[in-house]
Amino acid sequence: MIYLDLFLGFLKVGCFAFGGAYGAIPLIRDVVMSYGWLSDEMLTYMIAVSESTPGPIMVNLATYIGSSQAGFPGAVVATLAVVLPSFLVILLVTALLKTAMKNKYVQAVLRGLKPCVIGIVLATGVYMVLKNCFGTISAVTLNIRAIVITVVLIASILGYKHFKKKG
Amino acid sequence: MNILLDLFLTFAKIGLFTFGGGYAMISMIEHDCVERKQWITHDEMMNITVIAESTPGPIAINCATFTGYKKVGFVGALVATLGMIVPSFAVIYLISMFLDNFLELTIIANAFKGIKIAVGILILDAAITMIKKMHKKKLPRTIMICSCIVMLCINIFAWNFSSISLMLIAAAVSLTVFILNGAPEQKGGAKK
Repeated sequence: MIYLDLFLGFLKVGCFAFGGAYGAIPLIRDVVMSYGWLSDEMLTYMIAVSESTPGPIMVNLATYIGSSQAGFPGAVVATLAVVLPSFLVILLVTALLKTAMKNKYVQAVLRGLKPCVIGIVLATGVYMVLKNCFGTISAVTLNIRAIVITVVLIASILGYKHFKKKG
Repeated sequence: MNILLDLFLTFAKIGLFTFGGGYAMISMIEHDCVERKQWITHDEMMNITVIAESTPGPIAINCATFTGYKKVGFVGALVATLGMIVPSFAVIYLISMFLDNFLELTIIANAFKGIKIAVGILILDAAITMIKKMHKKKLPRTIMICSCIVMLCINIFAWNFSSISLMLIAAAVSLTVFILNGAPEQKGGAKK
């Protein structure tokens, strides 16, 4: 049943979305690919759209994917599911477990989770850039236009940062 | 004005006017909830920002839930969180209704081919920013590099292994190392 799949899929994303907006993108890719809800192409477009519209990226992606799979009810189900874990965790932490976050075992778990998220985000970024420029492993192609755009974009980001630092 | 309505409208306003998510919202929440409405104190705001870093979900949602709960309890938390979501939900739902038709226009489809390249670079840039802020210690670095390599293999060779399992393994490794280092005898909690 699609509503249940959407709910469980995005509940999983919501539970593990550490590390802000970009931490959630690899998880959403994972879930979307395993259910075959969107093509990789379409998902990347939606990440761009989410970047340019208000609100958290995770919520935007959930709304869009829910709506594309099961219309308005699907959008509602996916959006609520993705927010539910963080809502409950904050309620628990502020209402009952005021010291839970300072617990040394909780801290030890978080010390493992955070660098892992960073590694996953890094791998996702590297893979997306590689795939745009050289295709996938089953269909290796050299996309000259994409390589040129990539180099220009990276150069402009580096240049922008360099001049911003100088003031 | 009714406090629930006020909570809803304030967070709906914040949700509607913050693009790109994340830290842009914090200054707006600070301005509205701490300075103007005085719903929470500056210290509470700092605290919740730190907690939000270590809990799943967007920081803006965490702040909304916290402020609503402080002010009115559970119903307040619910109303504030919904207020935060509704604007982006409405905008994306509208877009989703005509995005497919939109992409059929050749000029738009070509633009999106360029945008696709930018998205990859943006994600790469976000990862580099996160690495710069990371603790420069052996264990986090090892975990970061190993997860990156495994995740790359998962992507490239289409391994059937979810990123969530990878995160659980990383958490287990970190906890095991902590316990093996004789943590239970250590007193005073989370000392570094």
